Amino acid sequence: MTANASLLTLNGDYLSRYGFSDPEDYVLKAPKGLSHDVVEMISRHKNEPDWMRAFRHEALDIFLAKPMPRWGDSEMLDAIDFQDLHYYVSSTEGQGKTWDDVPDDVKRTFDRLGVPQAERKFLAGVSAQYESEVVYHSIRADLEKKGVIFTDMDSGLREHPEIVQRFFSKIIPAKDNKFAALNSAVWSGGSFVYVPPGVRVEVPLQAYFRINTRNMGQFERTLIIADEGSYVHYIEGCTAPVYSSDSLHAAVVELVAMKDAHIRYTTIQNWSTNVYNLVTKRAHAHEGAVVEWVDGNLGSKLTMKYPAVFLMGERAHGEVLSIAFAGDGQHQDAGAKMVHVARNTTSRILSKSISKGGGRSSYRGLVKVARGATGCKTSVECDALLIGAAARSDTYPTMEVAEEDTRVEHEARVSKLADEQLFYLESRGLDPDQARLTIVNGFIEPFVRELPMEYAVELNRLIELEMEGSVG
Amino acid sequence: MSDQGHDKKVVLSLRDVKVRVEGTEIVKGVTLDVHAGERHALMGPNGSGKSTLASALMGHPSYHLSGGIYLDGQPIHDLPPHERARAGLFLGFQYPVAVPGVQVATFLRAAVNARRGHEVPIREFRKEMQAAFAALDVPAGFASRYLNDGFSGGEKKRLEILQMLMLKPRFALLDETDSGLDVDALKVVSEGIRLAATDDTGVLLITHYQRILTYVQPTHVHVFVKGRLVKSGGPELALQVEANGYDGLAEAA
Repeated sequence: MTANASLLTLNGDYLSRYGFSDPEDYVLKAPKGLSHDVVEMISRHKNEPDWMRAFRHEALDIFLAKPMPRWGDSEMLDAIDFQDLHYYVSSTEGQGKTWDDVPDDVKRTFDRLGVPQAERKFLAGVSAQYESEVVYHSIRADLEKKGVIFTDMDSGLREHPEIVQRFFSKIIPAKDNKFAALNSAVWSGGSFVYVPPGVRVEVPLQAYFRINTRNMGQFERTLIIADEGSYVHYIEGCTAPVYSSDSLHAAVVELVAMKDAHIRYTTIQNWSTNVYNLVTKRAHAHEGAVVEWVDGNLGSKLTMKYPAVFLMGERAHGEVLSIAFAGDGQHQDAGAKMVHVARNTTSRILSKSISKGGGRSSYRGLVKVARGATGCKTSVECDALLIGAAARSDTYPTMEVAEEDTRVEHEARVSKLADEQLFYLESRGLDPDQARLTIVNGFIEPFVRELPMEYAVELNRLIELEMEGSVG
Repeated sequence: MSDQGHDKKVVLSLRDVKVRVEGTEIVKGVTLDVHAGERHALMGPNGSGKSTLASALMGHPSYHLSGGIYLDGQPIHDLPPHERARAGLFLGFQYPVAVPGVQVATFLRAAVNARRGHEVPIREFRKEMQAAFAALDVPAGFASRYLNDGFSGGEKKRLEILQMLMLKPRFALLDETDSGLDVDALKVVSEGIRLAATDDTGVLLITHYQRILTYVQPTHVHVFVKGRLVKSGGPELALQVEANGYDGLAEAA
C-alpha cells in the first residue's frame, strides 16, 4: 500500500475524469422553462400516442398543484428554479447500434467514461443516455433470441405498447410525489427491460446516464419487468460536468418481479456536486419473488431517494443495501421503504452512510406491515460514520406494524472515526491517511462485496479520492 | 540498573520518561535500558500506570510524554506512531480494537509492507502468513475474518502475537498479553513470545501475574508502583511479588 499523497485533489480528479464538458451541439433544445407548451413539444417530437400525451399534461398539472416537500432538505429544494432549466435536449437524430453511429464528441465522452470498454469486458447489454435521449444501445444477440427486451423507454413505448401501457406508471403513479409528477410530464429516455419466463440474464445489463448541458433537467424513465422465474441484474451509473449552476435529475424507476422472479438493481450515483438528484424507485415483488436494490450515492448536491419494495405475494423478499457518502456541501437524504402486503414476506435494509467535513447524511426509512400480512420478518440496520466534528448524520426510521406476529429487528449506530481504531492501525505502521481509508473501506465492505468486481474496484477508488486529505 | 560492561547493545533506552494524561502525571520518571536478547517483565498493581506507559511509548495522541525514547540508539520520542512502528517498535494491546470489514490478511499485508518499506510480493507474504499461523496454531480461516471483530479474548491475543511474529519488531511492548487467557492459550502465546524474542531483539512484558513468567522466563523483573520503578532484579523478584504482593515493595520506594 502506498500513501495516496500523490493523488490529485477530489475536485481536480472529478473534473478530469467525469467533470469535463463537451461543446453544446444540439438537434433540439427546448427553451428554458416548464409549461404545457414544452410538454406538448416533447410529446409531438417523439410522435407519442394520445394516451401518453394526455398523461404528460395531467402530470404537469399535478406537479404544479403539489407543494414542495417540507422534509428532506427544504432549504436546498426551495433553491431550485424550475423556470431556469432546460427540460429537453437532444444531440442526435437517431440511436446508434454501434459506437460508430454515435456522433464523435458524444462517443468520445463515453470513451473517456470507460463505457465501451466495460461493454466489451463484462456486460450483456449497454444503454448510454446523453442529455434527454439514449444515443447508443446494444444487447447480446443470444439474449435477444431468448426474447429478452432491453431498449430505451421511448422505443419500448413504440415497439411494445401492450406491455408498456399495462405497467407504465402503475407502480409509481404521477400523483405519488412532486418529482414523480415532474418526471411523468417531461420524461425522456431511460430503459425498458422485459425478461421472459424462466430466462436468466447471468451477466449484467448496464445503463449510463450523462448530463452535459448547463441547467439541464434529465428525466429518464425506467421500467423493468421480470416474468415468472426469470433473473436480471441491471446496473446504472451517472456523472455530469462540474458547473457553477445547478442541474436536476429526477428519474422514475418501476420494477415488476413476477412470481419467483429475481431482480437486482445496482446504482452507482456519482453526479457532480451541482446536480439535484430526486429520484423515485419502487418495485412490486409478487409471490416468491426477490427484489434487491443495491444503491450507492457518492455524488450530487442533494439526493433524496428511498428505493421501495412492495411485497405483494407470499414469500416475497425485498432488500435494500445502500451506502451514501456526503462530503462538504452535500446532503444525502437516502433510505428505503418496505411494504409487506402479503403473508410470510421478508425484508432487509442495510443502510450505511459516511459524512465528512460539512457533509450531511440522513437515513429515512419506512417499514410497513399491512393488516392480514402475518408471519412477516424484517430487519433494519443503519450505520453512520462521522469524519470530523462538523459532519452530521440523522436517522428517521418509521415502523408501522399491524400484525403482532411480525419479527422486527432494528439497529442503528452512529460512530465517529474512532481515535482508538486509528491508533491501533498506526501502531502497525499505517500512516494516518492509510489508517482512515482502511477504516472507511472496512465500513463499506458489506456493500462493496455485493458489487461486480469491476464496480467494487471503481468504488474503492472513488472512496479513496473522497478521503484524500481528510484530516479527521 | 543495567549491568555495567554489558557486551550486548542497548535496543530500547528510556530516559526519565514522564507521562501526563489530561494534566495529571501518571508516569513519574522511568529510566531503563533493555539490551539485545533480554526479556524484561514489568509488574505492578492495577492503576499503577503500566498501560499508560506502554501506550505513551507507542505515541498515543492523548498522552503527553516527556523524556527520551531511543530505539537502537535513535531518538523516536518525536515521531508519530506509524513511524515508531516502521522503526521497529511494537505494542501488543491489552484490548485490541475491532476494525469491522477489514480482513485480517489485508491488514497484515498493509502492516508488513509498511514495516519493511516495500511491497512484499503476495506469494511471499502468503507463505510467511501461513508459517506464522502454524506457529501459533491458528486456523487458516482467520485470514479472511474481520480484524478483531467478534474475536474471543484469546483469539485477539493470538492475533497480537501473530502480528508481532510477522512484523519482526526490534522491540516489543506487550501489555497484559496474558490477561483473559486459559492455560492452553497462554502456552501458545508464550511460545510466540519466545519465537519473537531473539538474541537480537528486546521485550518488555507488562503483567499482573507471575503465571506467564513461568513460560516466558524473564531475564529482568521490575516492580512498577504509582508511576515509578520501585524495584528491579532477576526472575526471583517475580516470585517474591507473588508471595508477598506489592505493599512491602512500594514502601521500600
